[in-house]
Amino acid sequence: MIQTRFMRETILPQEAAPHRTSGVLLWVRENLFSSVTNSVLTLLSLWALYATIPGLFQYLIVDAVWSANTGKECLAENVGRPVGVCWAFVTSHMGYFIYGQYPEAEWWRVDLFFAAEALGIVWLLWPNAPYKFAGIIYFFVIFPIIGFVSLTGSTMLGLTPVATNFWGGFLVTIVISTFGIVVSLPVGILLALGRRSDMPIVRLVSVIFIEFVRGVPLITVLFMANVMFPLFLPDGWRPDSLLRVLVGVALFFAAYMAEAVRGGLQAIPRGQYEAAQALGLGYWRMMIKIILPQALKIVIPNIVNNFIGLFKDTTLVAIVGIFDFLKTIQASLADPVWRAAGMPFAAYIFASLVFFVFCYGMARYSMWMEARLDTGKRH
Amino acid sequence: MSSQISGSHATAKVVFYNDPKFRSRFAQFVLLVAIGLFAYFAYENTSENLRKRNIAQGFGFWDVEAGFDISQTLIAYSAASSYGRAFWVGLLNTLLVSLVSIFFATILGFIIGILRLSRNWIVSRLAGVYIEVFRNIPLLLILYFWYGAVLGALPEPRDSLAIPGDIWLNNRGLLVPRPLIAGDILYTVAALGIGILGAYILARFARRRQAETGERLPVGWISTALIFGLPLLVYLGVGTPLGFDFPEKGRFNLTGGLNLAPEFVAMVVGLSTYTSAFIAETIRAGVLAVSKGQTEASQALGLSRGQTLRLVVVPQALRVIVPPLNSEYLSLTKNSSLGVSIGYPDLVNVFTGTVLNQTGQAIEMVSVTMLVYLTFSLLTSAFMNWFNRRVALVER
Repeated sequence: MIQTRFMRETILPQEAAPHRTSGVLLWVRENLFSSVTNSVLTLLSLWALYATIPGLFQYLIVDAVWSANTGKECLAENVGRPVGVCWAFVTSHMGYFIYGQYPEAEWWRVDLFFAAEALGIVWLLWPNAPYKFAGIIYFFVIFPIIGFVSLTGSTMLGLTPVATNFWGGFLVTIVISTFGIVVSLPVGILLALGRRSDMPIVRLVSVIFIEFVRGVPLITVLFMANVMFPLFLPDGWRPDSLLRVLVGVALFFAAYMAEAVRGGLQAIPRGQYEAAQALGLGYWRMMIKIILPQALKIVIPNIVNNFIGLFKDTTLVAIVGIFDFLKTIQASLADPVWRAAGMPFAAYIFASLVFFVFCYGMARYSMWMEARLDTGKRH
Repeated sequence: MSSQISGSHATAKVVFYNDPKFRSRFAQFVLLVAIGLFAYFAYENTSENLRKRNIAQGFGFWDVEAGFDISQTLIAYSAASSYGRAFWVGLLNTLLVSLVSIFFATILGFIIGILRLSRNWIVSRLAGVYIEVFRNIPLLLILYFWYGAVLGALPEPRDSLAIPGDIWLNNRGLLVPRPLIAGDILYTVAALGIGILGAYILARFARRRQAETGERLPVGWISTALIFGLPLLVYLGVGTPLGFDFPEKGRFNLTGGLNLAPEFVAMVVGLSTYTSAFIAETIRAGVLAVSKGQTEASQALGLSRGQTLRLVVVPQALRVIVPPLNSEYLSLTKNSSLGVSIGYPDLVNVFTGTVLNQTGQAIEMVSVTMLVYLTFSLLTSAFMNWFNRRVALVER
């Protein structure tokens, strides 16, 4: 007889509850104590944090000296308690760090320049901002004119001229990096197009320029700008020392921008070129209307990463005697009034914080943009 | 429909300025003329300026007495030596600081990169903080920090800090034991060479044997024995020819040992910490580039965790890691030119700095310096091309 149906007659014993698949304890066990080595590493890290964080907090904030007029007033024997960082050094030099020796009555012009720049950057980098093309015109044509006029001054508009040797501090750092990006991006695009051109001489010139510049350190280019450029010019022409450095920095970064843009150009499928040509577009119209908008969009993260490098490398101009942000800090450290033990720590920690905030912010933007453009999947 | 389209299209007259061939030739001609004019303009002005300022031209200065001292020299040099000798001193100092920094940056970068990949949340985060901090601060600031803030705050020699291994740290730099060659060390060096050669031959033989029979030889153990054991045996056999001159602490000062200048120490620490952050990211990217399927497939084949790493993941990751790693080494070498900012006597400092100031011959100094770095960069890209050809995937 074949059994045709089955019915369980006894109730099965209850099983143990399943392992937890979520919860804090489980997360801790899986991520921090999954093996012996892991547990040791976790404990070591916790110990390192315990050993450094409270001390740093004490040194940087609790024990810090916030107001003083000389370096001596920051010393423990004069304060009467253990002292940490002398932030008074930073707060009392803030104006010098931002504006250099720019006359104080004219600081509003520098602020105007900063504001005009911020507007342009937000306009260009915020993906949903309207009138993108107008933004490009603003940043690469109108803003440089505003910046130039407001910073150097113009007697016609009633602005007192301020010579560039009075410029300094963060202003110069921003001027160099802005000039760098405003000039090096267009030049870099031209070089990238030249490197992919059908014309052998144009290609050769672009390749030689790009590879030569990328093969030498920035500091040698700055020396070249500083001591060789003046020799190339007729005797009467004495180009401004800041201008020489600006040109050197811009040409240096143009080569790096060219390589970033070339990556974008190579990523555009052939069909796009062929379709544009089939529509009867000439070379420049094809590039401006079809290829470059797509190519540049892909390489925005690379361009931003290059810009981070440019921003960090502006510090090198100090070596050829330009008073940028870092150089003003160095100069203040040499001031005998403020000379005291521990002062370099205050200065360099402050400078590091400033650079970190800017560079890390840009890096996060570039990562966010990369995720948005989804170019990460191409790797 | 098959009727021929008349040849009129092919022979249609295009106005010459609309002919792409003409346009391209014209554009290139204009470019050449512009470059030529600029070169002529620069040449004329330069020779006039140099004449007016009484600056010599050419490389006659190469054999002239330099007349200045250099704080760190690897080859014999004094103020009476020539400018040419100063060039070699600077170049060797650049190479020394680059090679030492590359060594430490690689070790540090590998460790941080592996910690960053760790599944331990807190360890991976800490490594991430290290990477972000050093990547987002200018190298020059890092150098100033180590040189001005940290090394400047160190005690006087009489209160030197002791580091295990007979190393002393004070505001005049780092004092390490000086190796002394007491006897005949040549045999040991020869043994090392023989060991490396033997290991290489063994590896080739083992690979061929595995391809033929499928049998694996314990290459790793035998190679280690050949490379390290053989020289050690010889070293002990000929009576330990290498000694050390240990620094001794007196009441006021330290004597003996090898004193590494603070500039050198700051350069090595700065360059290594900065570059290690970039190397760590390279390592991470390389390991992540090996797809998970590779690991799973090798586990399915029954390979152990160690074997999976050694035979499957690392060889594939290395292919991705080596090219960017080389670029990091190259940019570290270029970054060593920042030695000029803290007074380390590297090539730029000695040649584009002091020699240029003394002779005024800007064009020669800057060109020679650039040429040196260009040579480094060409050698690196030649190596990279060779490496890429060697490891290129051979697709079916």
